[in-house]
Amino acid sequence: MPANRFNGFTDYGIGIGLRVPHYRHILAEKPVVDWFEIISENFMVDGGRPLEVLDAILDQYRVVQHGVAIYFGSADRLNRDHLKKLKRLVRRTGTPWLSDHLCWGSVDGRYTHDLLPMPYTFAAARWTARKIREASDFLEVPICVENVSSYAEFHASEMTEWEFLSEVVEQADCGILLDVNNIYVSSQNHRFDPYDYLNQISHQRVGQIHIAGHSKFEKYTLDTHDHPVLDPVWKMYAHALHLCGQTATLLEWDDRIPSFEEVHNEALKANQFIKDVKATIPA
Amino acid sequence: MSKPPSPPEARSHQELARLQRLMAEALFSPLNAGWGMRRKARDGRSMETVAASFIKPNDRLTSFERLEIYNRQYWFRLLDCLYDDYPGVRGILGERRFMKLAKAYLSRHPSRSYSLRDLGDRLEQFLREISQEPGWTGRHPELLLMARDMARFEWAQIVAFDAASAPAITPDDILNVPPSDLRFNLQPYLSLLSLDYAVDEFSTALRDDEALRSEASHAIDSQPGSNPQQSRRSLPKREKIRLAVHRCDNLIYFKRLEPEAFRILRSLQRGLSLEEACGKAIASSRRKNVDWAEEIRECFACWASLGWLTPATEPPCPARAASPAQAVRAVQADP
Repeated sequence: MPANRFNGFTDYGIGIGLRVPHYRHILAEKPVVDWFEIISENFMVDGGRPLEVLDAILDQYRVVQHGVAIYFGSADRLNRDHLKKLKRLVRRTGTPWLSDHLCWGSVDGRYTHDLLPMPYTFAAARWTARKIREASDFLEVPICVENVSSYAEFHASEMTEWEFLSEVVEQADCGILLDVNNIYVSSQNHRFDPYDYLNQISHQRVGQIHIAGHSKFEKYTLDTHDHPVLDPVWKMYAHALHLCGQTATLLEWDDRIPSFEEVHNEALKANQFIKDVKATIPA
Repeated sequence: MSKPPSPPEARSHQELARLQRLMAEALFSPLNAGWGMRRKARDGRSMETVAASFIKPNDRLTSFERLEIYNRQYWFRLLDCLYDDYPGVRGILGERRFMKLAKAYLSRHPSRSYSLRDLGDRLEQFLREISQEPGWTGRHPELLLMARDMARFEWAQIVAFDAASAPAITPDDILNVPPSDLRFNLQPYLSLLSLDYAVDEFSTALRDDEALRSEASHAIDSQPGSNPQQSRRSLPKREKIRLAVHRCDNLIYFKRLEPEAFRILRSLQRGLSLEEACGKAIASSRRKNVDWAEEIRECFACWASLGWLTPATEPPCPARAASPAQAVRAVQADP
């Protein structure tokens, strides 16, 4: 599903996350990059250097917004101040779609600044979908929700994570930002088959894909975004492309960030998988 | 003994809220000395019991251990953020005291903002609060006072980094306005600080020879592990200083101000007219034989060139032509 209503009918290719250590290189060298993903909250400010950099990037590149703090799954109501600032940024960037996580992270106005897993219950799905719809109506831009990696499961859950994701996106009528690395990490931590996850979600709702690196520890796997993408994740990515079609893909590298070229080259490895998918499509 | 509450089932919005509060309380609970989750919850219950009530164990980790991953992530992320944003406070207090302070601060003032940029917005207030509490001041009571000044200085830099800017004044804004009606606002990114310690010199000594703090805190972009050299320099000396912390071409600067210049700017910020602001500053000055007209003209030219002054929200009523020097003359003529 290269272009669908969940990604604003765009056909973006491979992008990378815009990160501070690369600003100077990007602004000076203007490398060819299909698109950049920005962390919305880093640019939801009133002035200064962040907006100067953003405007310079917008002059040259396509930008998609990715958020980390709407917390659709929090029992708190949506933070109106947050949404107003987000909408101002949406207008500035012209992002064709906007993503944030299917998670919670705030309680009674206190913020954990983490992406916490949901209890997979029907009530939680209803509440979350309602908030996504409200946000989408207000922001006037398609929303894709991203599956998070998790290290805990709740007794309260009534369904699998992929059933919960499907329940939420159907009720909210929104898109999916499919993070294949997160599926892999969670599958390792909770012992499920990640291909069951990939096979059973609504493929026509996938507006974007994330890939990233992770770290394995003795008793659990952590979503660290500080490594190249590992083979099991590339394999899952290839499978996801077969299911969803060529889809806008973004490499996340957020810690121990190497040079711009290294990050970009890692992201461009995805091209091979995209070619393979194209080759399977009959002329 | 009262029966412990039943585990939340998250089958309704209220139950979802109850489950999230339960988990959040565990995450907000400070780590133990070994950076692990505490064995007792705040209500005295065993944390193992609390965790087991809502989190499933798996074949490798107990419920407690799974919850502990999140408890540790919460504290590591937020402590890292304060560590990066307040190198000066850290330099004054030293690593150990700083970490104790940061943990206590976050315990009393959990984040209320979606942005980690605001994490330290009550640090100065917290330092004020604990200055009256036993156990903090110890043998070095002055350290907290220094840290408080530094916290204000470093917060002002965060404001200067990304706060709004307004259009600076133009000659048209001051033409035909009598001195008594000439009012200005200051740029939202500009902070005026009256401090008791020379934290600016201390901060400069702590930094590389690169430009002052070109980047402020960002949740995703911060690089944990970046560990600026711990200063072995002498502590800030006691000295009354007045600073303007601002930005120019989106780089952050600070500038020491003379007492009179500081008072004028402070008065303008409070809505006084230029005439009133200059009058108050000159009246309270201890300096003698000063050419106030010349001095204030120079100050005004400097502030205007830096773009600090912005038109007052209330449009001044047009009358006769005025200039800063005229305003000063008016003040001098009307003591």
